[in-house]
Amino acid sequence: MSRLGPLFDDLRRDKRCAVIPYLVAGDPSEALTVPLMHSLVHAGADVIEIGVPFSDPMSEGPTIQKGHERALAGGTSLRSTLALVKQFRATDSKTPLILMGYANPLERQGYAVVADACADAGIDGLITVDLPPEEVDAMNTELQRHHIDNIFLISPTTSDVRVATITAQASGFIYYVALKGVTGAGHLDTEAVERHLQTIRQHTDLPIAVGFGIKDADTAATVSRCADAVVVGSALVDLVAGDFARHQSDATAISSAHSLISNIRTGVNLATSN
Amino acid sequence: MTIEINPELYAQVPDAHGRFGPYGGKFVAETLMFALAELEDLYNELKDDPDFLREFDLDLAHYVGRPSPLYEASRWSDMIGGGRIYLKREDLNHTGAHKVNNTIGQALLAKHMGKPRVIAETGAGQHGVATATVAARLGLECHVFMGEEDVRRQALNVYRMKLLGAEVVPVTSGSRTLKDAMNEALRDWVTNVDNTFYIIGTVAGPHPYPMLVRDFQSVIGREARAQSLAMTGKLPDALVACVGGGSNAIGLFHPFLEDNGVAMYGVEAGGKGVETGEHAAPLSAGIPGILHGNRTYLMQDEDGQIMHTHSVSAGLDYPGVGPEHAWLKDIGRVNYVAATDTEALTAFHRVTRVEGIMPALETAHALAYAEKLAAKMTPDQHIIVNLSGRGDKDILTVAEIDGIDLGAL
Repeated sequence: MSRLGPLFDDLRRDKRCAVIPYLVAGDPSEALTVPLMHSLVHAGADVIEIGVPFSDPMSEGPTIQKGHERALAGGTSLRSTLALVKQFRATDSKTPLILMGYANPLERQGYAVVADACADAGIDGLITVDLPPEEVDAMNTELQRHHIDNIFLISPTTSDVRVATITAQASGFIYYVALKGVTGAGHLDTEAVERHLQTIRQHTDLPIAVGFGIKDADTAATVSRCADAVVVGSALVDLVAGDFARHQSDATAISSAHSLISNIRTGVNLATSN
Repeated sequence: MTIEINPELYAQVPDAHGRFGPYGGKFVAETLMFALAELEDLYNELKDDPDFLREFDLDLAHYVGRPSPLYEASRWSDMIGGGRIYLKREDLNHTGAHKVNNTIGQALLAKHMGKPRVIAETGAGQHGVATATVAARLGLECHVFMGEEDVRRQALNVYRMKLLGAEVVPVTSGSRTLKDAMNEALRDWVTNVDNTFYIIGTVAGPHPYPMLVRDFQSVIGREARAQSLAMTGKLPDALVACVGGGSNAIGLFHPFLEDNGVAMYGVEAGGKGVETGEHAAPLSAGIPGILHGNRTYLMQDEDGQIMHTHSVSAGLDYPGVGPEHAWLKDIGRVNYVAATDTEALTAFHRVTRVEGIMPALETAHALAYAEKLAAKMTPDQHIIVNLSGRGDKDILTVAEIDGIDLGAL
């Protein structure tokens, strides 16, 4: 049973915005992934989004592409990602975990097998970038068997009609892609984001997370005034990889990540308590 | 092999979802869905529009130089001593390959949409050159994504594109070849989707690309069919074409699909041999999966990661293949086979020396298989091979492989 519904119910009641850090499983090493996840929770992460390494991550900008390449060089796959999730779950059964990835690694194993393995490992939701509503039925059927949420993307180019179609099939939350582009790109137009979120809310009561383009505590704070969750991806991946490469120390990389997410947590709390 | 197929079957693909049986579809990020819908709507409106078709046909006649000849390779056929081989001379098109048929068509669509900027991916550079060419003619800004490895081995085409005013963007991610160029083009499209038309060079990618590229390239098969009847009084016994993404093969095959007596052979890049694993032959040795917006046969490992491919020819060095080919393989209408690097190089030299026609290394794979096939046939039978492109761009590669120092000649 997904932990996302109860979490967002609590957050709504308390008028808080969730902070969702993103990391790529196995980047820069599998040994670092689980301690990093625990540290992010300690820093105030409400949900962790785990990128499943793929050879052709078409929606990622250069920063996260390199994360995928590092993880693949270390041999991380969907299977080993789920093994890492199980390790994390040994001491944290509460934090919702979602996988973000591409269709082919799922399709290769078969959606039924993947859904079983995700349920067994303790995954709460899946975001599959290249499975739009038109192509998702086969996977959704399997996820629903285990009450795992299927989280859809909505973008600035999604028409009103499509928003209705997507929200009708979505569960957990909606992931709003804040800009036209790849992860880590460009400048965020927060007024446009706010307008789009209002449109989406006319179609659904599901919580809306905003990602792509949230770089620091300031942008996170601004977006948190209209969103139910903010996703921080490239900024975190870049920081962890850079620190690890410079110091070759898991502890240093983890501590930098902790600081970034703590700052964002504080910024978001201040913005939403006003 | 003759198979009984209901002719109507071929008119039913792709279906409204862009599927060829289980293959094809629209597996892309949400941001691109509106652009695909916009393209599909426009194409459905224009594809039977007499004005649009007249414009396309006029460009093919006066700018590309169509119809391309069907040429009987007499001396080569005599040497083989079996079936007669006819070459469909797409190498004589403007820019030297079949690719321009499609870029003319898609550029017309871009013009109708009022998009000022076009992008393309390219492997061997032929599609990049064909895109840069139509962009120059229409005054469109043009960016071509090309794997760093291909930029090196196709330097002449890189310079051609630059001369034509295109910006060539070397791609340094992944395997630095065609598949990574396509990833990068898709990333650019997501970012600049408002003002940019993505001219995909093959019958792959998300719907409606496999359909519209097939339709634009089918001029090859329509001409070949009429030319065969005019020259020999009958349809060919077999068709042979190389298959990377598969646009020249679909272009030749499609107008013949309902002719049950016409056997068809798609020749993939066997690299160092399909049994070695170092090849680019997903239909011969791959497994269905999802890449670049469609479900098709892919070269992938057990974790679903796309594998590095190997081929002497940059244009065939791709781990996937158009979804219609995947379907034609499954229903048994087309036979998919492979030719190795060595076989292709042998055919490159043979046809150059015997017929005075220097084929592209991609095309040489088809010629290598055609020679084997002709040897098993009788002189009253004939084969049409799609001579999809000329080999000028490959001269440096061939010299390198043959150990020739051009400076010392």
